[in-house]
Amino acid sequence: MYRFDFSILGGSTIPVLADGMLVTLEITATALAAGMLIGAALAILRGSRWRAAAWLAAAYVNLFRSVPLVMVLLWFFLVVPQLLQSALGLSPSVDVRMASALVAYSLFEAAYFSEIIRAGIASVPEGQMDAARALGMPRLLAMRLIVLPQALRNMAPMVLTQAIVLFQDTALVYVSALADFFGQAYGIGERSGRLVEMLLFAGAVYFAISFSLSLAARRLGQASPAVRGTASAAARG
Amino acid sequence: MYHWHWGIFLSPTGTGETYLGWLFSGLGLTVALGLVAWLLALVLGAAVGIARTVPNRVVRALAGAYVEVLRNVPLMVQLFTAYFVVPELLPPELGDAVKRMNPVAQQFLCLGLYTSARIAEQVRSGIESLAGHQRSSALALGLTLPQAYRHVLLPLAFRIILPPLSSEFMTVFKNSAVASMIGLLELAAQGRQLVDYTSQPYEAFIAVTALYLALNLSALRVMRFVEAKTRVPGFATAK
Repeated sequence: MYRFDFSILGGSTIPVLADGMLVTLEITATALAAGMLIGAALAILRGSRWRAAAWLAAAYVNLFRSVPLVMVLLWFFLVVPQLLQSALGLSPSVDVRMASALVAYSLFEAAYFSEIIRAGIASVPEGQMDAARALGMPRLLAMRLIVLPQALRNMAPMVLTQAIVLFQDTALVYVSALADFFGQAYGIGERSGRLVEMLLFAGAVYFAISFSLSLAARRLGQASPAVRGTASAAARG
Repeated sequence: MYHWHWGIFLSPTGTGETYLGWLFSGLGLTVALGLVAWLLALVLGAAVGIARTVPNRVVRALAGAYVEVLRNVPLMVQLFTAYFVVPELLPPELGDAVKRMNPVAQQFLCLGLYTSARIAEQVRSGIESLAGHQRSSALALGLTLPQAYRHVLLPLAFRIILPPLSSEFMTVFKNSAVASMIGLLELAAQGRQLVDYTSQPYEAFIAVTALYLALNLSALRVMRFVEAKTRVPGFATAK
């Protein structure tokens, strides 16, 4: 029978793991923020009357959604360093893996967030936009002040769910040997011969964080009944 | 300046094949891994999804735990755990057997289990979306619970969840790329190998990306066909 020895989790390894977790959270937070911004732009472009822009945005979304994240990460670890080096005149020794990872995750997630945001916008009754336009608001202003705030509330649970997926997907930066939480845990395990314990520990940490967030997402789904026009709002009293 | 050289795919690799052959063997493995994992996931996912909706509390809780664990641990961590941890925890003879197991078989099991948890959630939500009276009426008509599932609940639920099931079908091929982390030479890994051997990274990655796109489109076609074939007139599916 295997004898567990979790004493490897101690004063010397916990700070290293915490550093790794910071990298994981930094990637998650950046990709979440940038992905939602770019995703919102893509969603609005897809609905635009300018055909070429709508087509390009759709192509972007479909391309990124067809390709595995691993492949996208490999692309960016290949392409972005060269671009940065030639654009900024960096020497090849500067470590741009983190920058590449942030760009890759942000652009990849943007495709998924754009679909969520599109669904969110579609969940707001058209009458809202029509009413705002009738009151004299320009389209963009009505989008910003009337439609988007309601759409945001409707899509909050889906955004949180996607954020959990993203958090789990950050483990894939392993392809670039970037020291995220998983990378650190694996490294410690391999060096100390306690890989079994470290992998189980890493799995437990991912589980604890993802599971509590998914409980929160479920709550969010129940607690804020979607704002779907005045009829349901009135019905709620 | 980068020197484009598309002819690279036809040059010999030194082991009697062309680089194109490597790509296609990778594509074959990705398709095989995805399809077999999908079949396993469909069967297991349906069973677990049903188990989450039966009246028995213990069965429901067990099925719930299965789904939550598999859904909340990253697939890569699961693959590493299957590879490094599971053989150690099993009794020695069994552990050795797992270590000797074909890595492809291990990855397909892992991918299948992971996907089954996601399908189970869809099946559960499909069954729950049928208002309770479908079940009650079926039981009132004298069907047993298994019969009610077999003839009433499942045929309706599966049609309702077809769209999310379709996108899950495409996801399984994309997730199989995670298996490259353990050293399986599927499509993404062949792409990386090509970069190492030929130092023509752009051609290699463009070709691999194009193959994934083609795979995705084919999967979409298959699911559209299934959706069309199983449609019941007058019965709307969820979007």
